Amino acid sequence: MSKPAKQDPAAPAFAIVQPGQPGQQPATPYGIAHRGGAHNPSVEALRAQFGAAILRHEVTWGDTTVYVERAKVGEICAWLKADPSQSYEYLVDVTAVEYRDHVRPIEVVWHLRSLKHRRFLRLKTELPKDGRTPLEVPSVWGVWKGADWLERECYDMFGITFAGHPDLRRILLWEQYKEGFPLRKDFPMRGRFSRAQQLTNALAADPEARYSMEEISIAEAYGDLPADVRQRLTGGEKVGE
Amino acid sequence: MGLIAKPDPATAVSYNPQAQEGWITTRLDFLVNWGRANSLWPMPFGTACCAIEFMASAASHFDLARFGMERMSFSPRQSDVLICAGRVPFKLAPVIRRIYQQMPQPKWVISMGACASSGGMFDSYAVVQGIDTIIPVDVYVPGCPPRPEGLIYGIMMLQKKIMEERMSNTAIRDEIMPDPTSQLYIPPSRIDELSEPFGNSVHQTRSMP
Repeated sequence: MSKPAKQDPAAPAFAIVQPGQPGQQPATPYGIAHRGGAHNPSVEALRAQFGAAILRHEVTWGDTTVYVERAKVGEICAWLKADPSQSYEYLVDVTAVEYRDHVRPIEVVWHLRSLKHRRFLRLKTELPKDGRTPLEVPSVWGVWKGADWLERECYDMFGITFAGHPDLRRILLWEQYKEGFPLRKDFPMRGRFSRAQQLTNALAADPEARYSMEEISIAEAYGDLPADVRQRLTGGEKVGE
Repeated sequence: MGLIAKPDPATAVSYNPQAQEGWITTRLDFLVNWGRANSLWPMPFGTACCAIEFMASAASHFDLARFGMERMSFSPRQSDVLICAGRVPFKLAPVIRRIYQQMPQPKWVISMGACASSGGMFDSYAVVQGIDTIIPVDVYVPGCPPRPEGLIYGIMMLQKKIMEERMSNTAIRDEIMPDPTSQLYIPPSRIDELSEPFGNSVHQTRSMP
């Protein structure tokens, strides 16, 4: 049996594994700075297209956040999706942030992803908490249909209205919920009413008055389905290859 | 008093030794309770992780079939015991109330786990602080979640409770009707008392002043 080779005392105790080949960009980025770094090239394109409507941008953990003017959100999103140099075809999330601060504004956040260009972009717009500014932003439902429920959830939790949304109702809480918007910082954790009052309100909600107990069959929904899905339903789908 | 087979032929009224007939003498209370306690059909109302433990109890290792409970009744009309496994948000309060009201008598309720029994760690705006504020509960099973042995112990306690019922006491089978205006069947002050924060959650009132 040979003795194990004596370790060089100058060498590190463990090898640092470098992913990918030397000189090649790793598949999973690592060692990213908290602040700063290269930003998404869409920022320049947005500034060239919209000018003053793009307020500022910052890079956090390698992701670019662009602060935009509230009124221009719909226009900017439509352009970001339609322009072939951007083509953000996937809306990941719509949400909002309120900070534990009386002055700092509420932010509405859109997370966009371009599958074509492999880019991620975060759009933000600020709604000041001065009591005069309405908590309202344009809906992007016309751009991405997936925004429907995301905006409803944002409305349900923060009370932010999305102008142009076709069906802005509460989605997680029931529709007769009267206590306000739970993720706002002025909302007490246990709600505003007493437990007995909350229970009375909850039991008074008649689910059958608003929700159908029957499941919608695929035949009933046929007219609303997109053309390619209808094609698959009528022609039958190929199983396997 | 238990089941007694084959009484003494000399004292039996019309015992025919040729026919080899079996005889059982018992009390009606005992016979009815024995039948009910050993064929409880559960209505599973699983909303959270307790339901996973409940499924484990029903599966072959712990085998609820030993207690006559292998037939999960997903229709409240054909069930005897409602097992609420998991937290119940206020949005589900009218649903579990409706399910309980649809169950025919005799019916019992097991509240499985900390959340169903008291709201557990979810002392928030969205969660019912114990299902006993909505429906009457027979057995509370503590735990987060309780192990299958715990649930089975609770079921055996329920069986013991059923065995002690007397048919002469008709009141226990009366349907408890809620107050028509508030839909509550216990006074609001009692509900607030049951829902009082306790332990560490007393200090958690996070909202911006």
